[in-house]
Amino acid sequence: MASKFIGITTAALLLVSGCARTIDEKSALAGSITVAGSTSVQPISEVLAEHFTLTHPGVRINVQGGGSSGGIKAARELAADLGASSRPLKPEEKGLHEFIIAWDGIAVIVHPTSPLRSLSLDEVKAVFAGSVVNWRGIGGPEGTIMVVTREEGSGTRGAFEEIVMGKDPITDRAIVLNSTGAVAAAVAGDPLAIGYVSLAAVRPGIAALSIDGVMPSAEAIASGRYRIARPFLYLTAAAPEGVVRAFLDFILSPEGQAIVEREGLVPVN
Amino acid sequence: MAAVEPRASQSSGRGARHAEVVAKILLAASATLAAGGILVITLFVAASGWPLLQQTGWWAFVSGRVWSPGTGVFGILPMIAGSVLVTLGALVFGCGLGLPAAIYLAEFAPRRLAGAVRQGVQLLAGIPSVVYGFYALTVLVPLIRRVSSGSGYSVLTGGIVLGVMILPTVVSLSEDAIAGVPAEHRLGALALGATRWQTMVRVLLPAARSGLVAAIILAAGRAVGETMAVIMVTGNVARFPSSLFDPVRTLTGNIALEMAYAAGEHQEALFATGLVLFLFTMSLNLLARAAGRRKRPG
Repeated sequence: MASKFIGITTAALLLVSGCARTIDEKSALAGSITVAGSTSVQPISEVLAEHFTLTHPGVRINVQGGGSSGGIKAARELAADLGASSRPLKPEEKGLHEFIIAWDGIAVIVHPTSPLRSLSLDEVKAVFAGSVVNWRGIGGPEGTIMVVTREEGSGTRGAFEEIVMGKDPITDRAIVLNSTGAVAAAVAGDPLAIGYVSLAAVRPGIAALSIDGVMPSAEAIASGRYRIARPFLYLTAAAPEGVVRAFLDFILSPEGQAIVEREGLVPVN
Repeated sequence: MAAVEPRASQSSGRGARHAEVVAKILLAASATLAAGGILVITLFVAASGWPLLQQTGWWAFVSGRVWSPGTGVFGILPMIAGSVLVTLGALVFGCGLGLPAAIYLAEFAPRRLAGAVRQGVQLLAGIPSVVYGFYALTVLVPLIRRVSSGSGYSVLTGGIVLGVMILPTVVSLSEDAIAGVPAEHRLGALALGATRWQTMVRVLLPAARSGLVAAIILAAGRAVGETMAVIMVTGNVARFPSSLFDPVRTLTGNIALEMAYAAGEHQEALFATGLVLFLFTMSLNLLARAAGRRKRPG
């Protein structure tokens, strides 16, 4: 049974690769692209790559993680054709070609039973800096705030620090979790918790707060009214050519941007 | 067997000897590769962490109380404390439950029940650690939150989870140690009129002591090295806890949390953390071996 299955799979793979080769000969585009970097950008990269290779079967796109810092490094050292970053480049990292492929909003989240629905950016900062430790201090009910943050080096944390915290560090009393899912789960499980995740990760069971009176939404981010937002960047060392250029053109085309929107992100235009 | 072997070697004399040489070479090669693996990994970790240790200094790295990769400050004392505390917690729960279980299995349990319990405990070893972590995250963390003023992510939570995870090690090694005491000890004590409990406490446990100590130390090594389940329930705060209900970060947690994004100096610091962790588990293993060797029962 198993061996028969393997046999069929192998045959199917051979068939598919054979087909790919014949289409490849007809299509003008052939080659491979490696995308590496931010794990926040990774899911959208994978979806875009899937759509692109549907119409260009001669192109293979290999999407890897590694983090924003890793993506920037990979682009500079030519370890990847496209480096992916979910934070703006630092001054010392400049010198690469930057392409904003989408915007992502960071939602400040609390438990759905929290009576709090809105905070100012300053209040969010005070909570994460640890200068306000009780919900009463920002107009909530009595109770110690459980602050949940991402680990050092995470793109989401980097963007949050840059936009919300400025020069102040996040309190060293904050619980540190190393994935968007873990932060969402922690906040969903504790009525006194507060955390932050990608807008795309907001789901039933957690509630996004409005910041300075603006709820996070695609429109609010595109118009610049919602302030905790970050760009998703693709980076190249030299001006992109060939397949890489074609892939970027596809992403920035109405078709590519429609995919971006469908995935819960905010289109560039 | 004995009747077959000579005939086999007679029938294919030189061929068999040839096969033996080949087999020996292949086995030696496998052994070398296995031993070489540990060497290569050790050298790699040491070489990767070395530049940072040179720069900050061994002592500053190990005794530093602040971990802030963003500003280039690397001190892992809170993580060392975290690993030690969580491991101690694990030993309290794991041995508190595991040693009595082992004693019961070795001397008191009816044979069939002992078999069933043994199977059950061994099954614990087969559960992936992420499953332990997930269970603890959804059940234990909220429970601890309810009974304490903290967040539920704590030294205590980590200790309980790890305590359960080291149970198979504690139970099976301790049971072996007790069962390994020569039968004359047991029979002699019983013949002198000691009850089974007196025999256990006065004769078997003292005779098995070195094996029991080795079991506990090996279990501690397992607890120190565990990562996934710990990250999920200890809260990973890189500062000294002031109570059992405070969150902590362990050495393994420090590496696993930040490795995905670390680059440059930060990455070196994680390798250096790995080096310290390596020294920890290495010395625990050596200790366990020394304890096991010191006084063989009988």
